[in-house]
Amino acid sequence: MNYHWNWGIFFEQVKNGDETYLDWLITGFGWTIAVSLTAWIIALTLGSVIGTLRTTPRGWVVALGNAWVEFFRNIPLLVQMLLWFFVVPELLPKDLSMWVKQDMPAKEFITASVCLGLFTSARIAEQVRAGIQSLPRGQLYAGMAMGFTLPQTYRYVLLPMAFRIIVPPLTSEFMSVFKNSSVAFAISVLELTFQSRQMQEDSEQGIETYVAVTILYFVCAFIANRVMGQIEQRTRVPGYVTGKH
Amino acid sequence: MIEMSNVSKHYGQFQVLTDCSTTVSKGEVIVVCGPSGSGKSTLIKCVNGLEPFQSGKITVDGVSVGAPETDLPKLRARVGMVFQNFELFPHMSITENLTIGQIKVLKRSAEEATEIGLKLLDRVGLKAQAGKFPGQLSGGQQQRVAIARALSMNPICMLFDEPTSALDPEMVNEVLDVMVELAHEGMTMMCVTHEMGFARKVADRVIFMDQGRIVEDATKADFFGTPRSERAQQFLSKILSH
Repeated sequence: MNYHWNWGIFFEQVKNGDETYLDWLITGFGWTIAVSLTAWIIALTLGSVIGTLRTTPRGWVVALGNAWVEFFRNIPLLVQMLLWFFVVPELLPKDLSMWVKQDMPAKEFITASVCLGLFTSARIAEQVRAGIQSLPRGQLYAGMAMGFTLPQTYRYVLLPMAFRIIVPPLTSEFMSVFKNSSVAFAISVLELTFQSRQMQEDSEQGIETYVAVTILYFVCAFIANRVMGQIEQRTRVPGYVTGKH
Repeated sequence: MIEMSNVSKHYGQFQVLTDCSTTVSKGEVIVVCGPSGSGKSTLIKCVNGLEPFQSGKITVDGVSVGAPETDLPKLRARVGMVFQNFELFPHMSITENLTIGQIKVLKRSAEEATEIGLKLLDRVGLKAQAGKFPGQLSGGQQQRVAIARALSMNPICMLFDEPTSALDPEMVNEVLDVMVELAHEGMTMMCVTHEMGFARKVADRVIFMDQGRIVEDATKADFFGTPRSERAQQFLSKILSH
């Protein structure tokens, strides 16, 4: 292999500017974290609400929730990213459309976060639904028999257990958010993947670049995994064995 | 206290209850028995509206259960219920299980609710378990906590849905003892159970169900002495033969 290794490349200045390549990657890392966490908050909030609604006795609410999940789950994330960026603004009323296209601050960041958030919310909604439905029906009865309203029964009885049960699948979803955020490069969010492509073209040190990026994504997902592991530990119910009923 | 007239229920084509009528007066203990699938659990769940029914009428303390204007959560808060699988809330400590309803539904203060809860826990002989979680108790202990939890709401009557069916045999009596004590104190009770010893000891009347119908509704003496229906005679001879 005739490759000119240069591991010091990260500390060299970029071709047209006074930053180093490391600065580029740090900026990218920062945007990756920002997009991922914003998307995660959107996903967890919406996913929990929609997943919960899908287990209620109201038929049309369930249908709406199902439609949501099917829509966001069945279209590739990359395509969704492009739809939100290029198509949705065109469908808005004229003034709003102009504003979104020209004046909206942090347009790429917001679009990417919302897109990734909604995409992930569909997956979380599915897990929340499964979590609630895995509980014995007697738990619903017991809550209702106590005099709780249906919302109270969810709040105090069903959801606390359902969320504990779905921590493992939520963990992989949380890790996926960081990895999936790389798709935001397609709409020019200056996140890690975008910056690494820039660096590779600018420095012509592709291997060093992508090794660094690989490590950074790995670290992100790894930390996400450990954070969820901690949550799982802390919320563990003494003496409870899943499916014991 | 509980009046039921011509209650019928079906799931689609399947008829679960047909024309069930009975009354439970204040202070009465009624045992409901019958073969599995006879609709007894469904019947008892209709009393506090956990199961809807299509026709007939049930009133509890004068409140119609099936009427659309009835505040069901409010009614249910006054009717204690104990389930076959205990259904304690697994993520809450025993104390929390005993106080959550009092605090959230009856709006009692945490201190008052805890005091009442612990007193009841003591009454079912489990004071020492207050800080534990349901998963750390035996089945019999969990069911006693479940009874205490229902009592913490000061119910006007209690419904028991096969409270000892999921228990290991050696734990059945500790639960029945609590129920007998409750009956002696004058609690109005409707119990779905196969424990005929319990029925003999405290029941005022026994209801026998088969295929969704109340086949026999008789005083304890009549039911065990001279059951009218052939089906009840067969049932009794089978479960009392050993």
